[in-house]
Amino acid sequence: MMKSLSITIDSVRKAYGSYVALDDVSLGIQAGEFLTLLGPSGSGKTTLLMALAGFVRPDSGKVLLGDRDITRLAPNKRDIGIVFQNYALFPHMNVLANVEYPLALRKTPRAEARQRAFDTLARVKLEGLSERSIAALSGGQRQRVALARAIVFEPRVMLMDEPLSALDKNLRETMQYEIRRLHDDLGITTIYVTHDQREALIMSDRIAVMNCGRIQQIDTPQRIYDRPSTRFVAEFMGEANIMAPGSVRRIDGSEALRETLMIRAESFHLDAKLVGRDGVALEGILRAKAFRGENWLLTLTLDGGQEVLVCIPAALAGGCAELAVDQRLTAYAPAAKVHAIPGAIA
Amino acid sequence: MTVAVDPALAADARRERRFFLSLSLPALFIVGLAAILPILWIIRQSFLTTGGEYTVGNYEKVLSSGLTWSALATTVELSLGTLAVCILLGTPLALALASARPRVANVLMAFVMLPLWTSILVRTYGWLVLLRRDGLINAALTGSGLTAEPLPLVYNFTGTLIGMVHYMLPLFLLPVYAAMRDIDANLIRAAASMGATLGQVVRTVILPLSAGGIFSGSTIVFIYTIGFFITPAVLGGGKVNPLSIRIERTLSTFQDWGSASVLGILLLVLMALIGVMFLAARRLMTRNKVGVAHA
Repeated sequence: MMKSLSITIDSVRKAYGSYVALDDVSLGIQAGEFLTLLGPSGSGKTTLLMALAGFVRPDSGKVLLGDRDITRLAPNKRDIGIVFQNYALFPHMNVLANVEYPLALRKTPRAEARQRAFDTLARVKLEGLSERSIAALSGGQRQRVALARAIVFEPRVMLMDEPLSALDKNLRETMQYEIRRLHDDLGITTIYVTHDQREALIMSDRIAVMNCGRIQQIDTPQRIYDRPSTRFVAEFMGEANIMAPGSVRRIDGSEALRETLMIRAESFHLDAKLVGRDGVALEGILRAKAFRGENWLLTLTLDGGQEVLVCIPAALAGGCAELAVDQRLTAYAPAAKVHAIPGAIA
Repeated sequence: MTVAVDPALAADARRERRFFLSLSLPALFIVGLAAILPILWIIRQSFLTTGGEYTVGNYEKVLSSGLTWSALATTVELSLGTLAVCILLGTPLALALASARPRVANVLMAFVMLPLWTSILVRTYGWLVLLRRDGLINAALTGSGLTAEPLPLVYNFTGTLIGMVHYMLPLFLLPVYAAMRDIDANLIRAAASMGATLGQVVRTVILPLSAGGIFSGSTIVFIYTIGFFITPAVLGGGKVNPLSIRIERTLSTFQDWGSASVLGILLLVLMALIGVMFLAARRLMTRNKVGVAHA
């Protein structure tokens, strides 16, 4: 087991001219943690990753690896393994030479380097491909070589920049589990960048959602999804209905709710019996319905004019096949699934 | 399983291919007229006496002359020398250009290309002004006391080499620069993240991946320099006599078309030999390109 280290990012700023890529970002990552930086393109997640790797020099702030300030340390002295988006494998070397490369730089004795490279290739299930040239590999195999090359020298931290974005869906899902398993086996502190919220939810110990160079929220996947702290996080993580303060009443008809509320599309039921007494009921006209395989997506227009997305599992008895567009519907959400976004003003 | 091919569609495909092939006809015609025919004519000429009779005497005369072999040696020395200096100066320069910010790179590139826009005759005489005994460089050297005597910089091999390098450097640089610029920046980052120093990045990533460009540049340098005439004629001061100058002298002094043709064929053979060597070396390189991790 390699000794992994914690990372501390303290008030890091980076601007390109008037464009602020990182706006006072602070973040603590525990040793051995799997943390995902999640955000849309241009949110600063890759800039932050490159600042950790040493390829982007912050304008101000500090980066600590364990207790050591590495803000000004050259990239080649950081001992950080990186998996790049396009894999960045050396096209003039074969698989084995790529994986041995970091060991060769460290003057590891040849026999030992070879042994470690073979062990690592076995770990990423690439036995037998060591003599292949990079050009002769499939996308998934290249991904595995990139992984092997990043871990073979036992770095104390691993950074991954959208490593699965070039793979097709099925392979991507397989690799998500494999990368996570690899992380659990090695116990290596991992920072993973993606714009895919499902990927982030599946893989991470914690997720840091970024937007416009700022961290919006850092939390466990479940809390990020169910208890978003900003409207941006609510909408980025999934189909979210944002209800303005005062627009929603409880089922028992008492007071209007005074906060900005978020209700996920799949939190609704169409059957009042499932809800119990505590919760909210939204009444409106069914504008559109779409079958999406595992569920139906219904679009309701409320009497106040607001559109609400309702997601009903296809497996539920009856389903939504017989619902008619333009009919009136009532969607119920249990109180536990109605989340008040703190501090949001609409 | 075989699929029946619609003859009409196949005919369309053939017509299309023929059309695109026909686009090369004008160029083929010019190459045939301007290159192949004169070469055939020179080969014929090399076997004729001044009286127009068939002979192998031209070959005997030229190949037995010491002047021919010393000219051949001078030609190869000048070419190899120019190539060596181009590689030593041009490769780091290309690296600097490729890693500079685009704005800076453009300005530097303009400086590199500037010599190409000036006539070679003007440039060669320009070097004469700079390199002469009483030229600017020697004036600066003796004036500052760095050397007691003016250095012999021109009318010799050194002067010729300086002029030739000056001409060839941009042409060498372009393919090398293009190859280096095409290297994915993430490869360099990846190498650095794994612990490579700048020197190791250059040796293990940048140079191997720009070898193709260095090869193309070297081929260009060879092809050009083997037939170089003006620069050795002006800057060599009669002491640097490659094959090109021997040919000119054989013609202008002796009007000996037969011997001049033999010399020309010698030049051609030399070029073909070097071409084959380059191709062979290149094939060897691409075959051995895998499996070299050790820094």
